[in-house]
Amino acid sequence: MTDFPSDALILGGNRIPFARAGGPYAGISNQDMLTAALDGLVARFGLQGEKLGEIAGGAVLKLAGDLNLTRESALSTPLDPRTPTIDMSRACATSLETVVHLSNRIQLGQIDSGIACGVDSASDSPIEVTPRLRRILHRAFAAKTGMQRVKALSAIRPADLAPVPPRNGEPRTGLSMGEHQALTATQWAITRQAQDELALASHQKLAAAYDAGFFDDLVTGYRGLSRDQNLRPDSTLEKLGTLKPVFGVKSPQVEEPTMTAGNSTPLSDGASSVLMGSAEWADRHGLTPLARVVDARNAAVDFAHGDEGLLMAPAYAVPELLDAQGLTLQDLDFYEIHEAFASTVLSTLAAWESDEFCRTRLGRGGALGSIDRSKLNVAGSSLAAGHPFAATGGRLVATLSKLLHERARETGRVQRGLISVCAAAGQGTAVLLESVTD
Amino acid sequence: MTDTYTKFIRSAPGAFIARRTGLPRPSMLPRRGDRPAPILGPVVVLGESAGADQVARDLLGEGADVRRRFDELRSVGSVIAVLDEISAPADLGRILLPLAGAMRSLAPGARVVTISRPAQGEDPARDAARGGVEGFLRSLAHEMRRGGTANGILVQDGVDLDAPGVTGALRFLLSARSAFVAGQFLTVSSAAGSLTENRDRPLAGRTALVTGAARGIGAAIARTLAADGARLVVLDVPGAGTDLSQLANELRAVPVQLDVTSEGAGERLVSFLRERSLVLDIAVLNAGITRDKLFANMTSDRWDPVLAVNIASQVALTDALIEAGDVLGEQPRVVSLASTSGIAGNRGQTNYAASKAGVIAFVDALAARLESLGGTANAVAPGFIETEMTAKMPALTREVARRLNSLQQGGLPVDVAEAIAFLSSAEAGGIRGGTLRVCGQNMVGK
Repeated sequence: MTDFPSDALILGGNRIPFARAGGPYAGISNQDMLTAALDGLVARFGLQGEKLGEIAGGAVLKLAGDLNLTRESALSTPLDPRTPTIDMSRACATSLETVVHLSNRIQLGQIDSGIACGVDSASDSPIEVTPRLRRILHRAFAAKTGMQRVKALSAIRPADLAPVPPRNGEPRTGLSMGEHQALTATQWAITRQAQDELALASHQKLAAAYDAGFFDDLVTGYRGLSRDQNLRPDSTLEKLGTLKPVFGVKSPQVEEPTMTAGNSTPLSDGASSVLMGSAEWADRHGLTPLARVVDARNAAVDFAHGDEGLLMAPAYAVPELLDAQGLTLQDLDFYEIHEAFASTVLSTLAAWESDEFCRTRLGRGGALGSIDRSKLNVAGSSLAAGHPFAATGGRLVATLSKLLHERARETGRVQRGLISVCAAAGQGTAVLLESVTD
Repeated sequence: MTDTYTKFIRSAPGAFIARRTGLPRPSMLPRRGDRPAPILGPVVVLGESAGADQVARDLLGEGADVRRRFDELRSVGSVIAVLDEISAPADLGRILLPLAGAMRSLAPGARVVTISRPAQGEDPARDAARGGVEGFLRSLAHEMRRGGTANGILVQDGVDLDAPGVTGALRFLLSARSAFVAGQFLTVSSAAGSLTENRDRPLAGRTALVTGAARGIGAAIARTLAADGARLVVLDVPGAGTDLSQLANELRAVPVQLDVTSEGAGERLVSFLRERSLVLDIAVLNAGITRDKLFANMTSDRWDPVLAVNIASQVALTDALIEAGDVLGEQPRVVSLASTSGIAGNRGQTNYAASKAGVIAFVDALAARLESLGGTANAVAPGFIETEMTAKMPALTREVARRLNSLQQGGLPVDVAEAIAFLSSAEAGGIRGGTLRVCGQNMVGK
């Protein structure tokens, strides 16, 4: 293992409850939500007036005007305005990547503290004009005379005026993420029953964690919400079983569609943040570190040519990460596998259990094996909480860090936790965290 | 925060109409920022006792312009009538009547304070005189004009008039901090407590918890305690989290998201305080809700939450704080929020009034329990206060409620906060188990 000048420690987190698109956060901007998440973090850890090393944030559905979204949000908080910021993006893994980015900088000693964060609003996603109209308008703006301008504008046709909503599909295949995943689910023969069970468990575990006060110091109520709006504590397998499949319905490759609104994440609004720092910085601020970032890996798959499923990249990134750290899949105490769809989690687990996949695809001697399912997403995950794309990584890191810290305190043993997040365009990020106790 | 009617009545045509028709003409009440001087001078001290001399000397020591007679004064800022040694009803007039001729010379926002002793049920003639002070003062408070107020201090037999509690109560009642306190008595029952040296920051070095702090009166309490130098722990339900964290950021306070009615809330608060190494000197139990309904239509979903939040949570929370043994400071002060509804009752508020009357009895018992720790508990009972909650009342009901007091206007959240800040101070150590009304002498109840 490489020795870095400094450990990158997770000191805590804060997010706003996640809402369903078109719900209580409709009409609220990304900047408002990110500011609220940061304000809550600043309040919780007494960071008023503090100059941090860096704030790294991002959004997936980003308005063109939000060029410096993180900077603008940070300037609305009581943090020292001289704190530098950076906007980053790797689709659904965005805020996990901001954590990795800051941990790299802290480990190298370039900075001693920072906030990783992310936000997304499916309710306030950008709607653009058609490319033709855009070019016409640019020509008109560039025109030197009134006549030239009128001439340029006269080229506009009614069809040019239709607004262009954000594309809900992969540009290279034209298929939506759900349609892609329906193919993967079929390939791995993931049953409807197994997906519904995973979804139900997510709701039950998230509700139990809220009831136990687990999120009291991870979530700050916002706009009347004190829990994630999508959470259905009273959901049952029967209720989930009545939902009609929505993905793979028209696909000839999918014999029996299994993916419903119940076992897929809804479009969501929300923001999350994670406070990070070196041991020295944490000590100076009287903060108790929860976990340290051990390592991270990325992978990408060739989904465009049908070589691999769109959301299967984590199945490759995780073994690489484990190998780098000399660990087996079973050496971990907690697994946080992002529930983009229930079948994504189940396909990934099935791949690791498959000798053939692990031999041919990963070039290993045999299967990684199965995991103890009682260690998987123990405080609920995206199926229950919702999934505001760029906010999910921050939610996962803060949740897992607290779980690791609590368990390490109880058992007196170092705890290890894995986070894996799949992202659009066939990408995936895996991060390994380890508990820190005093 | 001036209501529409008051704005109109202060305009030239409004004032003309009001004078002709006898409509209420509410005066501007100077608050701390409007009148920073601790005492509005000149101050006339009435009375012949040694106690009266003591009070006059103390005020002189604080740099006040002290007189013992009205004589040729054209404007009088404050009047203190010291009646601690009266022994028969005939004594009252001798001391009080000189004030009658000076009533029209009282300055805007003037203060009249009586200092007397409570009836003991022992000496008929003396008790008759002592009891008489109450009737006089409450009537005089109704007659005060131009934002002036009249209040009394009752000093238990055996407690000298230079006790910290007496000086503290006098300072509070003479200051602009008591702008909306009228016709009330503060009882000083012991010589406990100590005088504040840093009068600008009387709570410096103290840590205060305020529940229900995110908005309204709770936020005003937190701001006032912070302005007085206290370090704040602000608590509210998770749903109010963003407002709470914004307040915490403003005051550099520690936010706690907690539903005080949840199972084990007290233990959770205690472990949070321990984790952050916080020791509370002050706990302001402000979290409260209303669910109004005529009793004939009352259901458990309206009754239970009101009782749970407004009083049961206070019992549980203070139990947990006391039993923890290591999260309360040396002279803890608990101040709870009662209501004039808890004193006089209010149609449609059987649940609320039950909870608030419960608070009044609760603080009395709690004060006895805290005595061994050198602490006190008291309550503040707000009358009509201009808040988001009262802004939602039906317009006519609200307008009537506003005018039904001697000052003919609603109070501000800061008025409640100021009374709480006083009861949280070291000076209030001798005041225990009482309920101070902040109601502009609301016509209902005592």
